[in-house]
Amino acid sequence: MNDFASLVQYSIAAPLVIAFLTLFVRNWGRPAIQIVSVTGFALPLIFALFLWGLYDPSTPGGYAFVSKMDTGLSMIGVSLHLGLNGVSLPLFVMASVVGLAAGLYAAQSKAENVHRYLFCLLVMQSGLMGVFASIDIFFFYFFHELALIPTFVMVGVWGGRDRSYAAMKMTIYLTLGAMLSLVGLILIYVKSGAESFDLIELKAHLAAAPLADSIQNYAFGLLLFGFGILVSLWPLHTWAPLGYGAAPSSAAMLHAGVLKKFGLYGLIQVAIPLLPDGIGQWENWIVWLALGNVLVIGFVAMAQRDLKQMIGYSSVMHMGYAFLGIAAMSVLGVGGVVIMMVAHGLTVALLFLLSTMIHHRTQTFEMDEMGGLAKKAPVLSAFFVCAMMASIGLPGPGLANFWGELSIFLAVYDFRSGLIYAIVLGIVISAIYGLRAIAKVFFGEETDEFKESQKEVPVTDMTWAERVPALILIIALFFIGFFPKTVTNSLNDSLNSEPVYAQTEN
Amino acid sequence: MSPEFYQKIAETNQWGAIAPELALGILALSLLLLEIILPKVAHGAIPRIAILGQLAILVYAIANSCSGACVTGEAFGGMLFFDATGELFRVFFLGSSVFVSYLGMVSLEKKTLPQVEYYHILLVVTAALMLLAQANHFVMLFVALEAATVGFYILVSYFRHSVVSLEAGLKYLIMGALSSAILLFGIVLLYGAGSNPALEASSRDPLNFGNLEIFLAANSGDMLGLLGMLLVISGVAFKVGAFPFQIWIPDVYQGAPIPTTALLAIASKGAGFAMLLSLVQVFSPLSDWLVPLLSALAVLTILFGNFAALTQRNLKRVIGLSGVSHAGFLLIGVVAATKVEWATTAVMFYLFAYLLASIAVFAVFAHLEKEDDSEISLDDLGDLAKKNGFLGMALAIGIGSLAGIPPLAGFIGKMLIFVAALEAELYGLMAVAVVGAVVSIYYYFGILKSAFFEVWHFQDDDEDAPEEAEPGASLQFFGKVAILAAVAGTLILGFYQSPLSSWLSGG
Repeated sequence: MNDFASLVQYSIAAPLVIAFLTLFVRNWGRPAIQIVSVTGFALPLIFALFLWGLYDPSTPGGYAFVSKMDTGLSMIGVSLHLGLNGVSLPLFVMASVVGLAAGLYAAQSKAENVHRYLFCLLVMQSGLMGVFASIDIFFFYFFHELALIPTFVMVGVWGGRDRSYAAMKMTIYLTLGAMLSLVGLILIYVKSGAESFDLIELKAHLAAAPLADSIQNYAFGLLLFGFGILVSLWPLHTWAPLGYGAAPSSAAMLHAGVLKKFGLYGLIQVAIPLLPDGIGQWENWIVWLALGNVLVIGFVAMAQRDLKQMIGYSSVMHMGYAFLGIAAMSVLGVGGVVIMMVAHGLTVALLFLLSTMIHHRTQTFEMDEMGGLAKKAPVLSAFFVCAMMASIGLPGPGLANFWGELSIFLAVYDFRSGLIYAIVLGIVISAIYGLRAIAKVFFGEETDEFKESQKEVPVTDMTWAERVPALILIIALFFIGFFPKTVTNSLNDSLNSEPVYAQTEN
Repeated sequence: MSPEFYQKIAETNQWGAIAPELALGILALSLLLLEIILPKVAHGAIPRIAILGQLAILVYAIANSCSGACVTGEAFGGMLFFDATGELFRVFFLGSSVFVSYLGMVSLEKKTLPQVEYYHILLVVTAALMLLAQANHFVMLFVALEAATVGFYILVSYFRHSVVSLEAGLKYLIMGALSSAILLFGIVLLYGAGSNPALEASSRDPLNFGNLEIFLAANSGDMLGLLGMLLVISGVAFKVGAFPFQIWIPDVYQGAPIPTTALLAIASKGAGFAMLLSLVQVFSPLSDWLVPLLSALAVLTILFGNFAALTQRNLKRVIGLSGVSHAGFLLIGVVAATKVEWATTAVMFYLFAYLLASIAVFAVFAHLEKEDDSEISLDDLGDLAKKNGFLGMALAIGIGSLAGIPPLAGFIGKMLIFVAALEAELYGLMAVAVVGAVVSIYYYFGILKSAFFEVWHFQDDDEDAPEEAEPGASLQFFGKVAILAAVAGTLILGFYQSPLSSWLSGG
């Protein structure tokens, strides 16, 4: 099995190497840049799908495709230790899918200095692949930052409205979050006495000699709020809608879709297994703050008039469900969160992609100024309706989100049945703003503003260049929606081998 | 060099052990000689000779630095002590002086000033700093420090037609003299305490580091000793720019010529930490007092440096104040080094990462082509990325590394310091460090913002306004190599630390 470990390394290295190659071929004309950069996004997807096919679900808890390399920080027990298990594999594949969609869209965008833009995206892609493949928690953090830094650059340089302010605010918020989680991770390392940042070694070491309650308490608090800022836990979410509103679409797709899952993934794979008593002490915090995400942000999302802002807020809102699922601390709940992370990553990327396409046709994000687009662009409207249905979590079209949310709701009902009312209210809210957005943008009469803008820019339906990235995302959504077992089998095994989650299963 | 060689030197006071310093001195003198011998047209070659000579010495020092089997020992009657850390500092100072010589070439060519003296003094200062890092005796320490500081007085006010440069020189002279006086007073107190025959473990030669450590261990409650330590640490705090001895930094950094500013930021700070690392060892019996003292210094230094830098627009002041906060981070490492052995490696790694990042940043500043280099402000960076992509990239990498952004070397340095601090259970210091790191993002980001994100300038309608030179017009071969080396080093060390970390911890 470890024969293919190098493919994991290649899927991290390929985008990074090709990123520099993109700069190198910048004078060879646009097609060369496009071909080179799209290769950089396609290779990780090919590798990831191949690894997915090879993955043997019977390696319970253990990691497959493991490789280890010393980069020179062995004095503090850091080594580049890569591998995939049932939790990380679906996210690894999802990252590569969203990456290819974002890359395809970016390669044909009209951005100035497109080679630099693609360079940033490719570096980000490399970091994203690394995040989910790292077993070493130092590199887990390191790859997150590698993906995060280009985001700031892309928002600042290629962003839209308020980009300078948005970039600055994002940078400061996310640096604070990253710093807190870094300190939390180092605290675990130092206090465990395992002399290693290796997740497997740390787990074994802490299973034999758990940390004192007070240390677990502090460390979990640091990680919860550190990761919380990164996942936009209420009330630390304010950077997210602003940042996504300003970010260029491919950067928003990768950040909201993939990178934001880092915090949740960190809680599931690192914080809770290593600090099993920590979460007990913070459980109420998580529940209340997550309710803030679902309800407060739900109402805020309902009040948005700007399409992109609304999607940004809705993505913040859905993180509340994820936190509730994690708080339930069962295989069902956490498994549901992982499926939801995958599905939400695909959905939100799709929504950001489609909203940019809508913007190209209406020249505005104000929903009050749109209307009647369905007649002019029927394919686009079909895609958008589908994506919005997925985002709401409707079971109808066989989309992945439903399975994730359903498992979370069941787990939360077992955990604290009262919370189910809040969740139901949340679904109603998201249905309201979701369906209203569809109605305002695509149906009804054409507004005067829309008629005006049509005179300048005639409206066409989605071109094939636009359809391909959207299709990639939607096929992935349907695939997991119809065949959830492809993900859940290995996920189940991995989570069941994690004593923290398995114990609390009834 | 074989261990036997060093042993022989240690026994016989042979001069070979300080070959790099001697070579620097000879090179410095021969530069003056060359100025007399060579015809005027060939004078342009002198800086190049200086750089090549230093590079040769640098290669020798690196090859000679003991990775693995390293012989440690005293020489010159206990004045100097050779160990791995000292060798590393030699390389550090040589690296900075090679780079400063290059900056000197760029800056001095625009002025009608004698040039050769600049390199001469620079080389002497560097040799003094290298000896300082290996000092094992307070007399040696003070003499080497003064030799370097006197050189600095001249280098700071080298642009003698510029009022700000002269003002900076005067300020540095007064503050430097004050700090030297404090340091000297501390040394004298230690001498008085350590040579008192009434006390246990007193010695005929109490200023030797080893003897003093034994004495302090036997009399850890001695008031004179404590006061002496306090004053010595204060004097050193001036060098590293730690609070409350940082007040000279913004003005002097702003007024000094760019090469000198770089030398102050890199070599002078490094020298301070070279002294601190050995003094922490000497004063280890007093660690009940020393650790709280250094911790308090670290906290105040980080907070002051970062918050003061927030409102600055002059680039040299921003970098100066950010350097203050870097001194704070390094102080945390020094405090951790009292409890965790490998923390010294963390400090060294941080210093080398800081060296590389500073090289990139100062090289960009030197190439902004501004007439008066004390007035370079954020606005002068406007659209640098568009006008000169190479310099823009160098600035981004350098500033990013200073800010501690992964995957650059600065991040690894910061992270090592964090790990060391947590291992030493310095939770309060950690909290301050995190706050400092987040605050620092604001002003580092501000620099990058003005260089990269499109800004709208005031259009100067004044027809007589001189045509702005293109940034980077004077970029020469040496400069490209220096910048590329610094940038590549910063990037590579971010991903793959093995070369530096194994070299650092080899001894």
